[in-house]
Amino acid sequence: MRVTFPHMGNLWLGLKTALQELGHEVIVPPKPSKRTLTLGSQRSPEFACLPLKINLGCFLEALEAGADTIIMAGGVGPCRFGYYGAVQKRILEDLGYNVRFIIFDPPQGRWREFLNDLRRVGNGKPLYKIFSALLFGIRKLEIMDYLEKIGHKIKAREVNKGETTHILEKTLHKLDDASSYREIRRIRKEALEELLSVQRKKIDPLRVAITGEIFVVLEPFVNMDVENELGKMDVEVERALYITDWVKEHLIPSIQGIRKHHLLEKMSKPYLGHFVGGDGQLSVASAVIYAKRKFHGMVHLMPFTCMPEIIAQSILPRVSKDLSFPVLTLVFDEHTGKAGVLTRLEAFVDLLQRRRVVEVH
Amino acid sequence: MKGYIGVDVGSVTTKVVVIDEEGNPLGTPVYIRTQGQPIKAIQQGVAMAREDLPKGIEIRGAGTTGSARYLAGVMIGADAIRNEITAHAVAALRLDPSVNTIIEIGGQDSKIIILRNGLVVDFAMNTVCAAGTGSFLDRQAERLGIPIEQFGELALKAKTPVRIAGRCTVFAESDMIHKQQMGFSVEDIIAGLCEALARNYLSNVAKGKKILPPVIFQGGVAANIGIKYAFQRALGCEVLVPPYHNVMGAIGAALLAAEQMRDGRKTRFRGFEVAEMNFESSSFECRGCSNRCEIVEIKSDGKLLARWGDRCGKWEVIER
Repeated sequence: MRVTFPHMGNLWLGLKTALQELGHEVIVPPKPSKRTLTLGSQRSPEFACLPLKINLGCFLEALEAGADTIIMAGGVGPCRFGYYGAVQKRILEDLGYNVRFIIFDPPQGRWREFLNDLRRVGNGKPLYKIFSALLFGIRKLEIMDYLEKIGHKIKAREVNKGETTHILEKTLHKLDDASSYREIRRIRKEALEELLSVQRKKIDPLRVAITGEIFVVLEPFVNMDVENELGKMDVEVERALYITDWVKEHLIPSIQGIRKHHLLEKMSKPYLGHFVGGDGQLSVASAVIYAKRKFHGMVHLMPFTCMPEIIAQSILPRVSKDLSFPVLTLVFDEHTGKAGVLTRLEAFVDLLQRRRVVEVH
Repeated sequence: MKGYIGVDVGSVTTKVVVIDEEGNPLGTPVYIRTQGQPIKAIQQGVAMAREDLPKGIEIRGAGTTGSARYLAGVMIGADAIRNEITAHAVAALRLDPSVNTIIEIGGQDSKIIILRNGLVVDFAMNTVCAAGTGSFLDRQAERLGIPIEQFGELALKAKTPVRIAGRCTVFAESDMIHKQQMGFSVEDIIAGLCEALARNYLSNVAKGKKILPPVIFQGGVAANIGIKYAFQRALGCEVLVPPYHNVMGAIGAALLAAEQMRDGRKTRFRGFEVAEMNFESSSFECRGCSNRCEIVEIKSDGKLLARWGDRCGKWEVIER
């Protein structure tokens, strides 16, 4: 079995590790690129949102590289993503590929099916082995998330722009090669030291939260590197979503996941009292949370035609007004020209900067 | 006398203006078409600005804005390279410090800027579609064989504006053609179009924003009196079109440059000789990874001034 899966930020690191631990040959698709986008959108329904197109592009590139089994996440609720696995399977079959699809639906009450799916990727291994493989993969992702969070702070202050990104990139590949907990602990320590030794300016940067639909938030190719572009403008960012949050909520039920869910409901309540699919409720809740945490503003990212985020987009102006908290919504689709995004980000940062000057005086 | 030059290179037009320290234009502002060749347009614009400039003006700062602001900035040697939102807001505030709303419609962008107490508090731009911007009006004027300058006047002559779909130019054009073939007068169709564009702007770009007077309407499309009236009708308040409405971005860029130079530093402006300098741009595709970034190089007489277009930053050079 030569297994592959779609890209979403650093997700590949965790999945590759876990699957290799289980004895699979893993084919990681090339990082999403213009080619991925072209291949994916050629074969996708025109009205589908960008995540489907990029996923499909990833699959096509992985199949070229010899993959024969695809692991894909399913979903519940009104977001279209839930049936993308099934649609992609049909598309690939119609194109004549002979490929095995394993679609993971979130467990939410369907434990038997979930365990069956787990056994299918388990390669005949007992359940405890499967879990320990998954946990090792997740541990690597947790380290990466931790380092990225520190990286956000450093990026805003670094003297040589790009240095932090370079260290994180290097660490990502070191973690990929690591095969024991001891090794990854060492890598974490080394990376931390390296990050903290980056030459920094003594400034008090603006703090901006990034929220929105998870795929767009986590995949820099799709969001035109919003995080780093803000970093270049000396802005400190924090994401409302990190990859391990998603894994914990969707793949492994955890107390943290339930707590987070509870918090989201509480925070979004006055504006949006229920789940609307995808991350719509999160987007509304994060405006409340980050306004309370005294962030200077929030950037809301969404794929064009994304239903849950359209709901959030139309509620956010009210939240923004009530809490006097600036929010900028950016919509992403197939365009690769960066000028529009940069103009809006620059203008937003200008707005925040001038606001802060006035508030201080 | 001290002067500051502002260059605004948009998708359709290029604007160059020289202002005094108070923000008043010196000489006639330049407003020409970019025609897909920004380098040529910038040089031509700078040359025209020089021709008309009163004697004895010393340029103490230069600013650029618009979608080609980086290119323009490298070419002329800018002290301030800023986005269009900030530039437009700064220019409008200079004109009327009490302004609460700016409607700006250009060639491919339309934006709304909300200000309170002289501060930008919110803004929005059209997202994935350029319906209702200048390019579309241009195209319709051409199709109807009417000079774009007369478009607005004609709209005012309409007796019963027809209903045109506004949210998509394809729908709008098909509505217009249908009504034209039914025999409606050109005036009624144009007036209908102006109303459709104002309606679309308010429900799309300005969605969820509180529009309070004073409202300033600027950008190339503000020349169209038909749209101005359509906005007034829809908003129920007066909409002001400033005298230099089409070069407000350039004025803003020059004001931002002046602000930057307050500490008395020396300008990077290369001088009006920019108009005669030799600029070449070339491009290549980087094969370092699957992104295949398209890299652009700007050179002057063989000397590399800037290079950009890569995602990873390995080619990026900007002369400072």
